[in-house]
Parts: sequence; structure tokens; C-alpha cells
Amino acid sequence: MDIFAYDFFQRALIGGIMIGLMTPLIGTFVVLRRLSMIGDTLAHVSIAGVALGFLIDIYPLGMGLVFAILAAFAIEKLRSAYKGYAELSIAILLSGGIALASILFTLGKGFNMNVNSYLFGNILSLSQLDLLLVTVVTAAVLIAVLVLFKELFLMALDEDAASVNGLPLSLLNILTIVLTALVVSVAIKIVGALLISALLTIPVACSLVFGRGFKQTVFIAVLVSELAVIGGLSIAGIWNLAPGGTIVMLLIATLVLLLLVRRSVRV
Amino acid sequence: MQSSFPCHEPIVTMEHVSFAYGQQPVLRDVTFTIYERDFVGLIGANGSGKTTLLKMIVGLLKPDLGEIRLFGQPLRQFREWNRIGYVPQRNQLNPLFPATVREVVLSGLYNRKKMFKFVNKADHAKADDAMHALGIEDLGSRLIGKLSGGQQQRAFLARALIDNPQLLILDEPTVGVDAETQEGFFQMIKHMHQKHNITFLLVSHDRDMMKEYLGDEPAYKHGRIGFHVRHSHDLEDCSQEDLTHGLRDYHRQLAGESVS
Repeated sequence: MDIFAYDFFQRALIGGIMIGLMTPLIGTFVVLRRLSMIGDTLAHVSIAGVALGFLIDIYPLGMGLVFAILAAFAIEKLRSAYKGYAELSIAILLSGGIALASILFTLGKGFNMNVNSYLFGNILSLSQLDLLLVTVVTAAVLIAVLVLFKELFLMALDEDAASVNGLPLSLLNILTIVLTALVVSVAIKIVGALLISALLTIPVACSLVFGRGFKQTVFIAVLVSELAVIGGLSIAGIWNLAPGGTIVMLLIATLVLLLLVRRSVRV
Repeated sequence: MQSSFPCHEPIVTMEHVSFAYGQQPVLRDVTFTIYERDFVGLIGANGSGKTTLLKMIVGLLKPDLGEIRLFGQPLRQFREWNRIGYVPQRNQLNPLFPATVREVVLSGLYNRKKMFKFVNKADHAKADDAMHALGIEDLGSRLIGKLSGGQQQRAFLARALIDNPQLLILDEPTVGVDAETQEGFFQMIKHMHQKHNITFLLVSHDRDMMKEYLGDEPAYKHGRIGFHVRHSHDLEDCSQEDLTHGLRDYHRQLAGESVS
């Protein structure tokens, strides 16, 4: 159990708790607006940024963040260009991100080992600088969700009616997607780009099973997410497993368990 | 354009409004005015542009040509959205949406709330009134997606009513609702029009019920859309009582009648 005494593990735990808080907060709105795949898309583009960061020796996570934000704007642009085919913009950017990343990988063949940790996550390598970035993004997401809770709720419930309420929809849309980009690009460090949607969506899927109202749904999603992050990190630390994979498997186990419980309650 | 009655001011004015989806023209040169306390029903075949018209009036679509004014102000400058209650077609609602009826009804007040201001006791009292007004006071803690079509309709109407709007815009409010519920719904909105002087703009596929109240002959016809209009019974009395309280009494009476 002495893994808990190590600095790097404590940093991972603190970073994990913050990421576990902000992913379901944003995830609730992303899932309810049927944009679940956006997390994946932003993450894949973000990987291209990480690769570029390694190539030109600029802080990779920061570079990934910049790429994710650019992708966020590109998604919004493409979404309005192909109205009614929202998934098209997602497919274009998702493959585009990976294509660019693969080219950048081959340009700098030496850093393959490091890139792996961005694909599958490696929270145990969280540096002080990473932790600072996670803290800043968590604060930004918390403030934005608190301030805009009513507006985000209206948009998720019914975009048309929200617009008639006088809300600046396009501004709020861009803000949501930029916040998602921020969350995704820092959460990459914990579960990796390939697993990021899990953190955004599975806690929300769990809370949709039992949530009796909107606020309660958000609360349960955060609870499930935190339990999985803390539990997953501890299990991974003790048995030396991949932390990202362990957290995601724990989330899926929770979801299956909840669905079984609901079934037995109903019967 | 001006009416001779003081409480019969123009509320929605469309002047030479045209709209096309890409190359497909939908509405061409519509000029029409909805006055205070009018009940306007749009009757027309699918694809005739009824919903498009409503969406332009609430600012969701921009006309290619022409001008729309709400309460005398150009649409672009109009900010008093609490004077308008809008209930879009219900088929857009995600049935798994995890909000209670009370949360949905309260959201009708959100546009008046400043940032960081959360709902307070007075807001909850308003939500109670609105739910009572529509006879759904027992459903407050139920999830919106788990209700029947008619109940969902009432919940969304309660949301539109919570801020006591002057104009109600309803797009196909009775789709997917059984005949008896439809009849009750029509009775209720007629009551709101006659007793509370609410101005209505309604799109409905139910021609019979619309024509029974609004008459066979459209006041104005555009393409395949008929604009059927009925004025409120008393245009000289400008007093306006609180809508949600009045409606609550209406439902109490109904309940009393069905018991006796």
C-alpha cells in the first residue's frame, strides 16, 4: 500500500480527482446534446498537437490543448456548413487529426515511447506543470458550468426554445465545445486519447439509469466518475496495471452493475 | 393596419416576407398582422410553410426579404421575449432527458434570471401556479420523458405560461395525443383566449376543431396556408387578470364538474 506515499502517485490522485470532477460536468451536456463523439474527435486532433509539440520541442500537452481548441472551432464551422449532418464534421476531423498525427510521428521517429502515454494515458507521469494546467482548466470549467448552468440546461433541453428565450446560441455553442476541448486535452494525460470518451460519457450513462432530475443526474455522474478514478488509480497502483484502462473498465463494470440492479428492481 | 380598439394593437407584423430553403421557395411576399387578443390558426398541408412562418416570427429563421415586427419593434431589436410563450413541436424532445416536470416548467423563467441567480421560493411558487393552471400539479417530480404525450404537452405549455406571456405560439400542440385529450386541450386554450385575452398563433393539423372555433373562411390566404382569425369577445375591456391563477380556477371548476 506504500504506493500512496510516493509524490508521483499523490500528484496523479489529485489530478485524477480534478479530471474526474470536470469530465462528467461537461459530459452531461455533451451527452444530452447527442455530441458524444465530440470528445473522441477533439482527442484525436489533440494527439496531432501533442506530436507536433514533441517534434518542435514545445510543451506537448499545451500544444495538444491549442489543437483541440482549433478543432473545436472547425467542428462548429463544419457543422453549420453541413447542417443536419453533424456527424460528418466529426468524421472528417477525427480522421484528419489521426492522419496529421501519423505524419508527425514518422517525422520524428524517436519519440514513439512518449506518444504512447498520450494514446493510452499515463497519469503516473503527471508533472507539476501538468498538475497546474489541470487545476486551471478545472477552475475554468467549474466557473463556466456554475455561471451558465441555466443556459446550458435550456440548450440541452430544447435548442429552439432556448433561442426564443433570447440566448446567444452560437456563442454558447462555441463556449461549450471549447470547454470540452480544454477538458479533453488535459484529460488525455489520465486515460489517453483513445479512451477519453469513456470519462465524458459513461458516468453520465450511469446516472441516466437512476437520475430523478437534472441536478441529481449531474451529481450522480460526478460521484460515479470520482469513485472510478480514485478506485481505478488505487487498483492500478497496487497491482501495477494501466491506470487509464483500469478506470475505464471500472466505469463499465459500474454501468453493467447499475443496469442489472435496475432490472432486478423492476422485475 | 390600425384597429379602432385600444387593446387591439398589432403584436406580430409581417410585411412582404419571403423565405426559401436554398433554391426551394417556401413563402413568397407574406403580409399579415396579428392583433392583440386575436386567435390566429394556420391551416395548411404539410410542407406549406406553417412551421417556417412560426420559426421566422420567433427569430429561429431569418426571412430572405421583408420585415417582421414584434410588439411594434423590429425583430432584430426585440428583447422582451418573456412576453411570448413558444411551444415548438414536441417530437424534438429526447425521451431520456433527465429533467423533472418542475425543472422544465421553471426553465421558462431562466431568461429573466441573471448569471449566478438561482431559482428562489417565489419562482417555485410561480411554477406551482403554472402547474396548477394546467392540472399537472401532481407530476412535478416526475421525469418529463416518462409522461404521456398529453402530459408532456401540458408541461411545456406550463413552461410557456409561467411568465404570464401576452402571445402564445403553439406548433402542432396536439400531435400524438388521443382525441379526448385533444378536445380538452382545445377547450382550455379557447378559455384562455376568451376569458384571459391571450393572443394565440396556432398551427394544428386538426382542421375540424380549428374551423369550429375560427370559422371556415380564412381571413387571409397565402399559397396553401389559410390564416383563420377570431377576435376576442370583448375588445373594449383592457383589464388583464393573472393568467395562471385564473386557469387554476378553471381546472378546479372542471374537476368539480366531473365529480358532481
